[in-house]
Amino acid sequence: MTDTLSTPLLSAENLGRDYGARIGCRDVAFDLFEGEVLAIVGESGSGKSTLLNLLSGQLAPTAGRVAYRMRDGATRDLGSLSEAERRFLFRTDWGFVHQDATRGLRMGVSAGGNVGERLMAVGERHYGRIRAAAEDWLGRVEIDTTRIDEKPTAYSGGMRQRLQIARNLVTAPRLVFMDEPTGGLDVSVQARLLDLVRGLVADLGLAVIVVTHDLAVARLLSHRTMVMKDGRVIEQGLTDRVLDDPREAYTQLLVSSILQP
Amino acid sequence: MTASTATAAGGYAFAYLDDQTKRMIRRAILKAIAIPGHQVPFAARDMPMPYGWGTGGIQVTAAILGPADVLKVIDQGADDTTNAVSIRKFFKTTANVAVTTRTTEATVIQTRHRIPETPLGPGQILVYQVPIPEPLRFLEPRETETRVMHALADYGLMHVKLYEDIATHGRIAKTYAYPVKVEGRYVMDPSPTPKFDNPKMHLSPALQLFGAGREKRIYALPPFTHVVSLDFEDHPFEPTRFDAPCALCGATGVYLDEVVTDDAGGRMFVCSDTDHCETRRAEGHHGTEWAGEATEATA
Repeated sequence: MTDTLSTPLLSAENLGRDYGARIGCRDVAFDLFEGEVLAIVGESGSGKSTLLNLLSGQLAPTAGRVAYRMRDGATRDLGSLSEAERRFLFRTDWGFVHQDATRGLRMGVSAGGNVGERLMAVGERHYGRIRAAAEDWLGRVEIDTTRIDEKPTAYSGGMRQRLQIARNLVTAPRLVFMDEPTGGLDVSVQARLLDLVRGLVADLGLAVIVVTHDLAVARLLSHRTMVMKDGRVIEQGLTDRVLDDPREAYTQLLVSSILQP
Repeated sequence: MTASTATAAGGYAFAYLDDQTKRMIRRAILKAIAIPGHQVPFAARDMPMPYGWGTGGIQVTAAILGPADVLKVIDQGADDTTNAVSIRKFFKTTANVAVTTRTTEATVIQTRHRIPETPLGPGQILVYQVPIPEPLRFLEPRETETRVMHALADYGLMHVKLYEDIATHGRIAKTYAYPVKVEGRYVMDPSPTPKFDNPKMHLSPALQLFGAGREKRIYALPPFTHVVSLDFEDHPFEPTRFDAPCALCGATGVYLDEVVTDDAGGRMFVCSDTDHCETRRAEGHHGTEWAGEATEATA
């Protein structure tokens, strides 16, 4: 137990990625511990998505490294993982919630199949158990279990997003990446989704890295916040501190841009 | 499989293909045998027939055929349909090999979508004509991705398809081209044979070669290879069963074709394997629709 508390789950060292002469992101360093929620905020083009892709091993860094503590307790450099290990990590210990649910779901496969896919990928071969797990998870993300055999094309935007979350959480991952999970949803649906995610994160002790341009999402979900501008982290700290007492001029601008109803 | 230097009628090289092409195809076949179930790319040639008529199977047959071989060709189990007749004639002309319709006499059997009912023995080679060799094709359209999936044995998606079948139809509805796992490693498409034939591939003493001409792939099952049909623990694989025996020879436990006999909805079910049916009838078996020509002829 002391081990899991003292060793970070994921740590980025001097992480950077250049696209030729242009900067994707530069000099990112942080530690993420189990059960911790980190928000990465910033405007479009500030390098948020590049950073998320670097952290999740989908993009190779041009500088620095990302270390991850595997389930067996060994900390490994993501760049040294083989393709097979990376894929295995992606469908067991990690989750990735896309902004566009059509990228994270198989639209031609029923909701139950979508949730069960990861279980089947790691060797579950019992239809009844897969089905039961899918029903359980649909219930936990507040989707009516009678709609288990419908395809995600028949689902609303908010339901698709919740289905995506269920699909990711079914193998009990320890780390979930979220890329603008509430993007494109109307405010009441956003609120419900955030409420759900907050509950799941607390119940399951998930570590989450959430990329968002919406400060309300950072406020509601995250413990810590990183502010990015022009590919660099300009400010990071406890979410309440960053949002209530912003130091950098850009963060102050960002915070003051929120409309007060 | 002797060297193919002899020429046959019309100045063709023995069995149509030139020596270099045969060498290339044999190399692909040897590699395929060494890695059961793995699809080996090969430089498929244009054949004097359209794609989809068995160009892959013909190239494999041409590459392995020797002057002493006895060839049998079946199309959906029948020796007397267009495809079977023309391929048999093709090799009779270009290789001058003996041809037969008897499964037991043949050393090489080229087949379109059936495995003969008579169990194959050691030394026999079954050559399948394959339209789409990639079992993951309709689940994952990218060839680069399916190759990685095979390389990493990442076959979860195949079970998603089977899951969908059970969720929609209450059972695994796939009745042909039913995916199999070979030696616990590669998932393989057994070509569009009915799933009825899947158990026959398991531990077969015959060598099984699969040729896909348009897709330019060869794969193989060496004799006595483990071939297991994919399924779920609580929805196990079940071969197709038929309620009635063959209407002509009375055989049970064989694959039957439905034949419409009149315009009033009359129909009968007969063996799809014509050689098996004829052999049984010659032995004196008969079903409901056939009393026995042999007795009439002798009378």
